[in-house]
Amino acid sequence: MRYSTCFLTLICSLMLSLALLGLYAYLSRTSDGAHIASNMELVRRLKLTDLCLFTEARYTRNPAMADLHAPFQDHPMALEHFPSGSLMAPPDFVREKR
Amino acid sequence: MIELIEASKTFNAGQANQFIAVDKVSCRISRGGLTVLKGPSGSGKTTLLTLIGCMARPTSGRILLHGVGKVCLPGLAVEDTVEITSLPERFLTTIRRRMFGFIFQHFNLVRGITVLENVMLPAYPTGAPVAEVRLRALELLETLGVSRHAASRVERLSGGEMQRIAIARALVNDPLLIIADEPTAHLDSRLSEEFMELVAGFKGAGKSVLIASHDPIVYGAAQADAVIEMRDGRITGCGTHP
Amino acid sequence: MNRRIERYRNILDFALSSLLRRKGKNLSLLGMYTVIVFFIASLVFFIQALKREAALVLDGAPDLVVQRLVAGRDDPIPVAYGYKISAIRGVSEVKPRFWGYYYDPVTRANFTLVASGDDPPGRESIYLGSGVARLMHLNAGNYLSLRGAKGASQVFSVQKILASNSELVAADLIQIREDDFRTLFDFPAGRATDLAVSVRNKVEVPTVAAKIAHEFPDTRPILKSEMLRTYASVFDWRGGMVIVLLFVAVLSFVILAWDKATGLSAEERKEIGILKSIGWETGDVLILKSFEGMVISLTAYLAGVCLAYLHVFFFSAPFFEQALKGWSVLYPQFKLAPFVDPYLLCVLFFLTVCPYTVSTIVPSWLAATVDPDTAMRS
Repeated sequence: MRYSTCFLTLICSLMLSLALLGLYAYLSRTSDGAHIASNMELVRRLKLTDLCLFTEARYTRNPAMADLHAPFQDHPMALEHFPSGSLMAPPDFVREKR
Repeated sequence: MIELIEASKTFNAGQANQFIAVDKVSCRISRGGLTVLKGPSGSGKTTLLTLIGCMARPTSGRILLHGVGKVCLPGLAVEDTVEITSLPERFLTTIRRRMFGFIFQHFNLVRGITVLENVMLPAYPTGAPVAEVRLRALELLETLGVSRHAASRVERLSGGEMQRIAIARALVNDPLLIIADEPTAHLDSRLSEEFMELVAGFKGAGKSVLIASHDPIVYGAAQADAVIEMRDGRITGCGTHP
Repeated sequence: MNRRIERYRNILDFALSSLLRRKGKNLSLLGMYTVIVFFIASLVFFIQALKREAALVLDGAPDLVVQRLVAGRDDPIPVAYGYKISAIRGVSEVKPRFWGYYYDPVTRANFTLVASGDDPPGRESIYLGSGVARLMHLNAGNYLSLRGAKGASQVFSVQKILASNSELVAADLIQIREDDFRTLFDFPAGRATDLAVSVRNKVEVPTVAAKIAHEFPDTRPILKSEMLRTYASVFDWRGGMVIVLLFVAVLSFVILAWDKATGLSAEERKEIGILKSIGWETGDVLILKSFEGMVISLTAYLAGVCLAYLHVFFFSAPFFEQALKGWSVLYPQFKLAPFVDPYLLCVLFFLTVCPYTVSTIVPSWLAATVDPDTAMRS
């Protein structure tokens, strides 16, 4: 077989799979819509304001509700919010696993 | 078929190292014969070949192609004369592709790909169907007796075999004129004789051949129809077979 | 027409066989390239899907949250403020919210205790977010002991575990009754954590917020649009994820630089000369070189995007988990709803395929414009 035939087949099959993945996203929107709707209902019922993405500190768990200028150290391993905090790791004894 | 009128080629013009490779050369190369450019190295043979082969433009002078208008460019009649000195590069490439087949001194084969692909290479940009080209290439390899190497890489071949591949490549687009630059420089006497036999075959098949060489096997061969002697960029002697 | 297509296919054939000559180099280049596209595309998919889901889910959040500040810090707000706020024109409902954080010294995790909303659990019972249940190995019917503000432990029975597909919003939640919340934290009477305000006409929300801020100078109203904006900015290009992106971008530039630095080898240069001498036009050589670049970049792009899709939407982005996890002990496990934005795919295409293809053409173009007779003089 010619190299170009192999290559074009490869490209076509990749494009096809990309299209299929897009189609999958389109088709699964009903079922995803259901779980998004139930999450939205939970948010409404509990009057939540934030996503649960980062649970380590107050200002990362509820960034929308946090104080304007004072992210506190609520967690023993919480880093400073300001740039200097990203340069200094917490002391080793805090980080060691139990 | 080809006429040169006072064609010159100067390198590094206007600089201290200015060098006139071809100096006001006028000559004719007739159709269907073997023409040999004879002369020591540095006499301007190769430069003259590049001028005739549309690879470079002359600094001054004219080069005319007679009676091959139809082959050269679409839309021209057979008897039209084409002056290649004034054509844009795109047309020169077309003419080069249709008119000339080149056999280089160092063969200039592309390493890493197969012999067959090397032979097919000049036909790729013409848009010829690949099956047709392959068939033609295999036939040529068969005729030249190297078809057993079709699938092997060029760097595994001997000098004589490489030259046959280069010849097959030069023939794949079915050119009118085969141009060879010092074809016997890397061959022993036996292989050189064999090469001259192949050239006789081309002549028999109606092709014109132009060879630049300082090898007596070539310019002394019985097949040579015309020998043009060159020295220092000028033609010093011109005549039919001695 | 047919001849023209055939010409392109022939040149593509040669481009492929010429790539196959340097199989090791080109395959590793393809691999690296795919990895780069994979990371960038994963990031784009992840951020887009998360942003979209955040916007949809947080649409249910309160229109307005009113906090009280004392010396610049949050302080429980008197519930009595709510009565005056509900008198403001346009306000349909004011509900006090009771919520707070609980640090569990055993697991070293932070939980969020919530005591507002309808459908509360029974007395001394709790609902658990499925992240908490997973971390503490608890099931419905088990007991969880929480250490109160006065030092005494209080035992709660787990009445229900929240659905596992709610982890994006509720992984670390512990829902508790309001009176239990007050006792546990010794919360001051007549106070709430903050107030959730509903506004009848959404257009009037900023006006209502301005009135509240004017009438109660010690409060800070937070609009729903601000909450949504928080998430838009967290996952903004300039947000924290940019570090990951920068890493990827640096990697890709290293590759491009490496590829460019190696440039056209003498052999490639000679090959271009050979091609020109046997009748290839400058244009043909350029097509050849752009095909060589495109074969690598297009394959890498398509493969990278497909893999990124699988990575983010089928395997929940395991490569980003560490970056998102940070120092937190409790990490939510969520599956994002697949969402592909064609516009972003196009942007990604132009960012990845084009620069590479161009950077392969330019040096070849310089080499391809030389006179074909240079091949004769080698």
